[in-house]
This record gives sequence, C-alpha cells and structure tokens, in this order.
Amino acid sequence: MMQLSHAWLVDENPETRFQAGAGQTYRMVRALLRNPLAVVGLVIIIGLLVVAAFAPVLAPYSPIESNLGARLLAPSADHWMGTDELGRDIFSRIIHGARITLMIVLLVAVISAPVGLLVGTVAGYFGGWVDRVLMGLTDVFLSMPKLILALAFVAALGPGIENAVIAIAITTWPVYARIARAETLTFRNAEFISAIQMQGASHTRVIFKHIMPLCLSSTIVRVTLDMAGIILTAAGLGFLGLGAQPPLPEWGAMISSGRAFILDQWWVATMPGFAIVIVSLGFCLFGDGLRDVLDPRNRTR
Amino acid sequence: MSLLTIENLRVSFPGEQGAVEVVKGISFELGRERLGIVGESGSGKSMTGRSILRLIDKPGSVTADRMEFDGLDLMTLSNRRMRALRGARMSMVMQDPKFSLNPVMRIGDQIAEVLSFHSKLNARERRKRVLESLEAVRITDPERVYKLYPHEVSGGMGQRIMIAMMVILEPDLMIADEPTSALDVSVQAQVLDIMDDLVTRTGMGLIIISHDLNMVARYCDRILVMFNGEIVESCQASELANAQHPYTQGLLASMPTLDEHRDRLPVLDRTQLGGV
Amino acid sequence: MKSLVLTNAAADDPWKRRRQQSLRWLYSLGGFAATIAMTFLGLLAITFVIGRVVPIDPVLAVVGDRAPQDVYDAVRAEMGLDNPLIVQFIQYVGSVISGDLGMAVTSQRPVAEELARVFPATLEMATLGILIGVLVGVPAGVLAAARQGSWIDQVIRVLGLAGYAIPAFWLGLVGLALFYANLRWVGGPGRIDIFMEGIVPSRTGLLLIDSMLSGDWAVFRSAWSHIILPATILGFFSLAYIARMTRSFMLEQLSQEYVITARVKGAPERVVIWRHAFRPIRIQLVTVIGLSFAQLLEGSVMIETVFSWPGIGNYLTNALLNADMNSVLGATLVIGAVFIGVNKVSDLLYRILDPRAR
Repeated sequence: MMQLSHAWLVDENPETRFQAGAGQTYRMVRALLRNPLAVVGLVIIIGLLVVAAFAPVLAPYSPIESNLGARLLAPSADHWMGTDELGRDIFSRIIHGARITLMIVLLVAVISAPVGLLVGTVAGYFGGWVDRVLMGLTDVFLSMPKLILALAFVAALGPGIENAVIAIAITTWPVYARIARAETLTFRNAEFISAIQMQGASHTRVIFKHIMPLCLSSTIVRVTLDMAGIILTAAGLGFLGLGAQPPLPEWGAMISSGRAFILDQWWVATMPGFAIVIVSLGFCLFGDGLRDVLDPRNRTR
Repeated sequence: MSLLTIENLRVSFPGEQGAVEVVKGISFELGRERLGIVGESGSGKSMTGRSILRLIDKPGSVTADRMEFDGLDLMTLSNRRMRALRGARMSMVMQDPKFSLNPVMRIGDQIAEVLSFHSKLNARERRKRVLESLEAVRITDPERVYKLYPHEVSGGMGQRIMIAMMVILEPDLMIADEPTSALDVSVQAQVLDIMDDLVTRTGMGLIIISHDLNMVARYCDRILVMFNGEIVESCQASELANAQHPYTQGLLASMPTLDEHRDRLPVLDRTQLGGV
Repeated sequence: MKSLVLTNAAADDPWKRRRQQSLRWLYSLGGFAATIAMTFLGLLAITFVIGRVVPIDPVLAVVGDRAPQDVYDAVRAEMGLDNPLIVQFIQYVGSVISGDLGMAVTSQRPVAEELARVFPATLEMATLGILIGVLVGVPAGVLAAARQGSWIDQVIRVLGLAGYAIPAFWLGLVGLALFYANLRWVGGPGRIDIFMEGIVPSRTGLLLIDSMLSGDWAVFRSAWSHIILPATILGFFSLAYIARMTRSFMLEQLSQEYVITARVKGAPERVVIWRHAFRPIRIQLVTVIGLSFAQLLEGSVMIETVFSWPGIGNYLTNALLNADMNSVLGATLVIGAVFIGVNKVSDLLYRILDPRAR
C-alpha cells in the first residue's frame, strides 16, 4: 500500500507510471490553486454544477407554474429577483435554467470536441491529400461567422434546444480539428509511433489509442475557453426564439420575454443576464488558468 | 580622475523563493582605457553593464554605495538627465544586430534619431553626419545602406551600423556587450578592429563584456573576471597568465592553443569553486 | 580584408534578394487568391446545403398545398429541382454570381434589392463601432502595456474578460433601460425619431453623412442620438478585443532588444513606446482590426434586433421569424461574404505592409 504523501507525489524519480501521473496531476492542481482568478472560475463552475444538480431543492417556487396574481413584482424578500409577466419567480427559473445551460454546453462539447479530434488527428496522421481535403473543409468552416452560421442552420432545422445544440456544434468543431492536427504533427514521426506501427498496430488503433490521448489536454483547455462563447451563442439563439422554447426557463429566452418590460420592469430581462455573465466568466477564468498550467508557452500576460 | 567609479554594486530580481542576487557587491574603476569583463553566462557581467546605463527595469532592483560617471551620481540622477547622458556620453553595443536594430525603420533613420535626441541639427545636417558615421565604420556605399532595412544587411554590417549609431556623438564611455558572439568568425576580427580604431582615435573608455577570454585579452588593457555575481580576478591583460583565482586558472587551462598536444582539454572543476 | 568585404557583399546582395522575394510574394498571392475562391465556394456550398435540408418544400411554397400532382411536377421541373444536386449547385452558384438571391417570400421582392436597401444602416453603425473600438482600444492597450500592473492595465484586463462573458443583446437592453428610459441621454430604438424620417434625401444611405450633406443639423442630432448607444455597445466588444491584443503585442515588443537600443540612444519614453515599440505592431494591428470589424458585423445581428435598427441583422432575424428562407440565406450569404472579405483583405494588407514579408 503506497502512502499518498506530498513527498511521494513530488518525487523527481517516480517508481511507477501511476506515481508519475499522480504527481503531475498534483503539481498541476497546486499550480492552478495558486492562481486566485482560476479558483474563482472553478468555484463558479462547481456552483453551477451544484445548482443544476439540486435545482428542485434550491428553487423556492415552481419554474413553470404561473401565478397571475403575482405578475411583474419587483425584487423583494419573497421574490429575490422579482417575478415575470406570468407571475413566475425569476430566481427559481434561473436556478432551473442552470440545468438547461449546463446541458447545452455539455452536449456541444461532447459532439464537437470528438469530431474535431477525429478530423484533426486523421488529417495530421495520414498527411497528403487526406490532410489537404480535411483541412480545406476545416478552414472553410473556420472562416465563416459562427453566429450567423448557427442561425442559418437552426432556421433550416427548426427551433428547439436539440437543433440549437447541433447548430452550435457544427460551428465549433473546426477549432479543435486545427489544434489536434497541429498537435499530431509534432509527434507524428516520433520513434514511439513507429515502434507501435512496427508491432503491427492498425492505423485505427494508433490514432485512437496513442495519438488522440496526447491531443486531449490542449483540446480540453480550448473547450473550456470556448464554453463562454457557447453559452453566449446558445443564449443568443434563445433570445431570438430559436433555442429553448417557452415555458422552458432558458436564460436567453427569459431575457427575450423580459424585453417588452425593459423600460418599466427592468429586473425581468436583467436578472437572467447576470446569470449568463457570471457563468461565462467562470469558464473564462478557469480556462485561462488551465491554459497557463497545461500550456505555459501561450501564457496570458 | 577616473571616468567611472563603482562601489558595492548589487543587482537583484525577485524569484520564487525571495530575491535572487545576480550581481553581489562588485567594485571597480574605469579610466579612459579598455576594460574587459569576462565570465560565463549567468555570471552577472551583462547586468553590470546594463545597470551602469540604468537599464534594469522593474521588478529588478539596483543598489550601490557609489556609482559615478564623470563626477555625476548615476544613482540619484533624474530620468531626464539620465536620458541626456545615454546615447550622447555613454552608449552600448549589444550582442546581435538582428535583434538590436529596429526591423521596421530604415537604417539611416535609426542612426539619425540619436542626433535628433541630443542635437539641434536640421534634417540635412543630420543626414550628412549619419553618412559620415557609416563611412567611419568602413561602409563603402553609405547612401545605399542609409535606405535599407536591417533585415537587408548581413550580421557583420549590422554590427558596424550599430557601432556607428553608438559612437556618432563620440561618447566618453561605450559598453560592448558580447559585440561579436552573434557574428561569423570571419567578420569578428573586422568588427573588433573597427571598434578598437574608433576607441583609440576618440579616446573613450570602453568596457567589453564577453565570455571569450582570448578576445578580451587581445583587445583590452585590463581584465576583470566575474564568477557567480562577484569579481574574482582583476589584472592587466598582459599578466593574465599569472592569474591567482582557481576559476581563472581553470578557464585558461581549458583554452586550446595551436602548439599543444593534449588529448583532452580539461574542464572546469566546479567542486573547488564552491557555492555553485 | 578588402576581399573579405567584397565576397560578403556579393553573397547577400540585397537587390538580388529583393527580386527573389517579390517573385515569391507573387506566388503566395496566387495561392492566396485560390484560398479566397475556395472559401467563398465553401460559403455557397453551406448556404446551398442549408437550403436543401429545409423541411419546407420550396415547390409547395409556390404552388400551394392543394395543387394537383401534374402542376406540382411541372413547377418542380421548372425550378430545376429534379436535376442532380451538383447541377443544382452549379445553377445556384451561377445565379448568386449574377446577383440573383431569389424572391423574398413575405414582400415578393428580390432579396438582393432588399439587402442593398438595408445594408447602409448596418455599415454606418458598424463603422462607428469600429472607430470607437480602435480610437479607444489601441491607446488603452498601449498604455496598459507601458504601465503594466497599473490601474489602466487592470481595467483593460477586466474589459477583456467582460467582452468574452457579456451577451451583447443583454448589454443592449440594459443600456436602453438605463440611458434611454431612465437617464434620457440617448434616443430610443430605430435609426431616427419617427417624425424626422425621410426629411433628408438619401445620397449615401448613411444618415449621419446624408444629413450633414443637406446641412440639416436637427436630423443629424436625432440620428446621432439614436446611433451612439448601439454603436458604443458594438464598439465596446471590439474595444475589449483590440485593447487586449494591442497590450499583448506591445508587451512582446517592449521586451525586444531594439527597444533597449532606443533607450540606450537616449530616447524619451514617449518615443520608445510609440515610435519603437508601437510602430512595428501597426501591421499586426491591421489584422486584428479587420478581424474585429468582421466580428462586429456579426455582433450587429443581435444589437440590431434589440435596437430595431433597420439593418441587415434585423432583416435576418425578421426573416427567421417569418421562415422566409430565401431572405435568411441571402442575408447569411452577404454577411458571410463581407466577413470573409474583410478578413482576407486585412490578411492581404498585412503582407503588403510588412517590409519583412515583401
């Protein structure tokens, strides 16, 4: 039984692969925790997870049921963030909205990151015309305006969360493909890859088992940094009525419905915006910190 | 009276575990002579040169009991008066003209700038002076070179341009920080000869900072050897062979000569030096 | 010694090198044109595919859903919809190049004509926005780098983060509530007060300029009070981005040896910063500003919607709500083309301006 001590973790000459891995993670976490802004980001993200997980417990009112007797009430002790045009408690709706935001962000990441990774590693690994075709395609998507493209796709697919997720994913994968390809090129001709090939491993195996894992860390950093952008795009689609549909408490859609009352009942549209800002900020700060730790070359100065 | 007097100069930078001292209380004087400061990288020799010109930026810090240039206290001089000294009375040639010349300014304009900071010459007079200074560093077609960008000239020519820029106002003190280590061996001697020639002609004080003991011994009158932030040896260039400190002896022993038959060159035995 | 100098001079004769460089430059220009063509074709392919996957049947839109089968088939053939996809695509590209973007379903007018009508409003707001972004962002970024760690540096850092985390449409709404409804500092939604509409003749389509040309200052003031808030909000986002990039470019420059050379020459700090550190990054900034302008055009879709600004973004979102696919695709195509165009032009400018790349 090995003991999990500071000395064991920072040992310069690890005895096992596990010790080396654990030590590296330990050093990274310590470096991350030394960066106060990254910690703030982490706290916000954990907060989002907790709120999403316990939304029904945390929310004082139902996010859906309307109460026309309590329409458009200003923030008070009963309704911390006021109520909307159907008398629903805005605070409760924001809490439930955390689930939707989290779901959108995760789904986009789960769809676009693997697609990008696959395209990038395949292009980098095979090179030649495979590379040219795949990267040509990637570059075409990269040079498009993201929001407009997402708008057009949702317009074609029809409004709704699922289609919004697909549309955003379509616009985000090219970045990951570029990163994964660049990463793949750096070790594509390394000895260890030739060694694996000579053992008779198939291309599929080399790519999935040996190349992709090495591209993961830079992709994860980039995904974290992109989260804020994804949240803003999703909220924008919601605001235009193309994302989550009423009565779902999606933050962008909530701002949209508060738009009509912005001049007199400012809280209806303003409160969900704060939620968006805080969560996006959390991902930005954490992503910045993560980049500094994982990739010191591109340190933000 | 000496040109430059330095007593107990210390330079430090904040590090992960407190401040790191890179120059640890050195003292020396300079007259109108050629002084060589020799040492390995990290010995603090460049920082010594830069602190004389007060070029150490925050977060670095410089202290000294005394740092005087021609009777002026460099530690307390206002920034404005310090700027008036730089370029006009003291200057510095840096290692690699590829980096030390501004890539997007024409060469002539870069030299002319010195004149515009320190003189009231008009554009035509400035141009004339610049062309003269280019000739002084043996550039045969100054009119053409004037209009070039730094990436269009070779390293040797770049360094001669740098020298022209630094001596155009005939300063009293010039510091040359590794002036030839980025150049081809074939042009090193040429650049040094030009520099030497200008220094003797104008009678300025010169500090050559280098890791090349041979070169320094050939071009300087006096030599300081720095090691780990301290001066460990100070002697006339001609008496270098009699050096006392084990580090200097080690350096001398590890230099190859033409008429020798050693199978291996000895390396420095750092265990004797301690503290490293 | 003499011969040494000569051989050296011959080895890197700058004139010869320059000739080679300009040749290489021409080649890279050819490749550059090819990538632009590819990107535009890609854009067309995307809008074409989007047009294809629409669940709405374009034939039904024309004939109505009670038309008999033979009429339906005839119209379908007439619209070229039974050709192979690749033929349809080529036809599509051909019609777009000839300026035909189809008819807008709601207004029954050519989409191209409608887009031409609304585009100046967008251009006007975006231009003012980028002006704000550049005029404030660049100096702020330079100062932040020159005084690293000072309050202005902190402000730039916070603004940079805010630019990433704040939804533009929300900032627009909050701005309207605050500066229009509460403080009455600016005009409300729209381009101009309603009773002033159509007073000045449209020459450039840019209201600020048209009103100046006519010397009608009341109209100018009204237009200004309407444009300033949305343009500032757009400008804020490009400001945040431009300042952040300027700052990091400047920090890189300030650590360069030639900046030290400038100090050694006795240059005043102002000259060190603006002439020696800033000048070399002007070229990089061109690219950043181009990119920022392109993003700003994109951001104007949201801002225009919030401010009911009669530009191309507002047109696009209205078309979305009406499921008017021809208009949606036309607007997407135009915004996409301008976006790509601005990006590529700034890329090209970079190559032309940098003496090292020439």
